[in-house]
Amino acid sequence: MDTQTTDAPAAVPPRTTPPRPVLRTVRARRRLGPGRRIRFGFLLGPLLLLTAWTLGSAAGLLDGRFLPAPWTILGTAGDLIASGRLQEHLLSSLRRAGLGLGLGIALGTVLALVSGLSRWGEAVVDGPVQIKRAIPALALMPLLILWLGIGEVMKVTTITLGVLVPIYIHTHNGLRGIDNRYAELAETLGLTHRTFVRRVVLPGALPGFLVGMRFAVTSAWLFLAVVEQINSTSGIGYMMELARTYGQTDVILVGLVIYGLLGLFSDGLVRYVQRRALAWRRTLED
Amino acid sequence: MAAHPGGLSTAAPAVRIGGLTRAYGERTVLDALDLEIAPGEFVALLGQSGSGKSTLLRALAGLDYEVAGTGSVEVPGKVSVVFQDSRLLPWGRVLDNVVLGLEGADAAARGRDALAEVGLAGRERAWPSELSGGEQQRVALARSLVRDPELLLADEPFGALDALTRIRMHALLRRLCDRHRPAVLLVTHDVDEAIVLADRVLVLDEGRVAAERTIDLESPRNSADPRFAEVRAHLLGALGVTGERDLD
Ligand SMILES: Nc1ncnc2c1ncn2[C@@H]1O[C@H](COP(=O)(O)OP(=O)(O)OP(=O)(O)O)[C@@H](O)[C@H]1O
Ligand SMILES: [Mg+2]
Repeated sequence: MDTQTTDAPAAVPPRTTPPRPVLRTVRARRRLGPGRRIRFGFLLGPLLLLTAWTLGSAAGLLDGRFLPAPWTILGTAGDLIASGRLQEHLLSSLRRAGLGLGLGIALGTVLALVSGLSRWGEAVVDGPVQIKRAIPALALMPLLILWLGIGEVMKVTTITLGVLVPIYIHTHNGLRGIDNRYAELAETLGLTHRTFVRRVVLPGALPGFLVGMRFAVTSAWLFLAVVEQINSTSGIGYMMELARTYGQTDVILVGLVIYGLLGLFSDGLVRYVQRRALAWRRTLED
Repeated sequence: MAAHPGGLSTAAPAVRIGGLTRAYGERTVLDALDLEIAPGEFVALLGQSGSGKSTLLRALAGLDYEVAGTGSVEVPGKVSVVFQDSRLLPWGRVLDNVVLGLEGADAAARGRDALAEVGLAGRERAWPSELSGGEQQRVALARSLVRDPELLLADEPFGALDALTRIRMHALLRRLCDRHRPAVLLVTHDVDEAIVLADRVLVLDEGRVAAERTIDLESPRNSADPRFAEVRAHLLGALGVTGERDLD
């Protein structure tokens, strides 16, 4: 009613053209999701860091004794490769990490299945794993060294135990998170237990398992670095530990770069697998 | 029991429920319920919300392991269930969902045929998340029918669909049932849907069958037909809704 008062009949305004409706051109809305993936986008951040480092060294802002220039590192890496030492250490590290990772994944998955598929299994398995999880992995090392010595067995065991926990936790979570309605469906379709596990349980737990994989890979490198500094005679960690006693900052940095690259590329690999295996899921990731 | 189409009344029933009682705690939901369904008969089940329709259906599907109760339930060997949600496995492609758990070399071929029957030929490789709600429900129908059920149980299968899609689905379901001739028990809220589809409509109230009506209108059934309106008024009355108010 109030809006009409301006149109009061007493003062008759000269009628011009009727008011035109206000139109606006529709533009595509701003997306609130993060939008499309950038190809190789994950490399951008590391490249920026590298650039800053290079510029800082070239400008003499960085003391070469504490942080050698990138080209010094490259030179040292070249020397280490020429003498064959780098490959030898790398291979030795990869073998340890690979073995520990493989065993940890297998054990963690089996334990998660046992505890995820039966209440009895859960009663038996879940407690010990949660206890293991509550103890910092490094606090376990003195005991492991006493039991297993300081050889390869202790090293691989430590990595295995570190990998097992995230695999177990996330796979178990994935299993328990499967919607009960699918179990109901499986019952009405008369699926055998085997088919149920293969077609419903395992694919349903796969997203959880793959999240566990990302943590597991990180854990593997973490524990590798730790065990290799305990009385090793080979491995990247040993190479760095040795370099510390001789004050070779550049060799230490070569080791760090290698750890970094290993971590980055293994995580990229898991993420690639994740995207391929979970094509049915449309999430913010894409 | 009422006379069933096709002179099936003399055959042994496909479903026989005797004195079925189900209770959740103190609350008796089904109270000594008796019901028979003939082979190939299409029965629709109406009832107010909370009257125990789903409870009855779950008892027939064998999904009520944790519910206290007595009574006998006899169903055929091959029972299929269509849920209100299509309940497709999101990680399986459409065809894999249809043939889930089927054995034999011809499973895939049968799955394709079933998909073609519901009008989804060519969508075998799609993910369920790529289908519309109606299409997902059609996949669920194909998944049920590919198993050649002798009894089809459906709990508000079209409840989540829009009115237009619903009408299409009615025609489709009717056609499929005429071809495969399973006995059907369809739970629905929609009185018109029950009259359009069923040979017989039951109204569940206080844990018993409070009303029963054989629908002998010839198809296609038209809701403008005065006899249709009379059946509707009868059923609405049994549901406790007075005729004056015009209803949902
Ligand atoms: N798991 C349960 N635990 C306790 N009570 C339940 C359970 N399931 C159902 N009930 C109760 O049993 C009664 C009947 O439920 P039911 O699901 O069979 O109703 P319905 O007729 O299918 O209703 P609607 O039309 O709303 O789906 C309801 O009062 C409900 O609260
Ligand atoms: Mg219900």
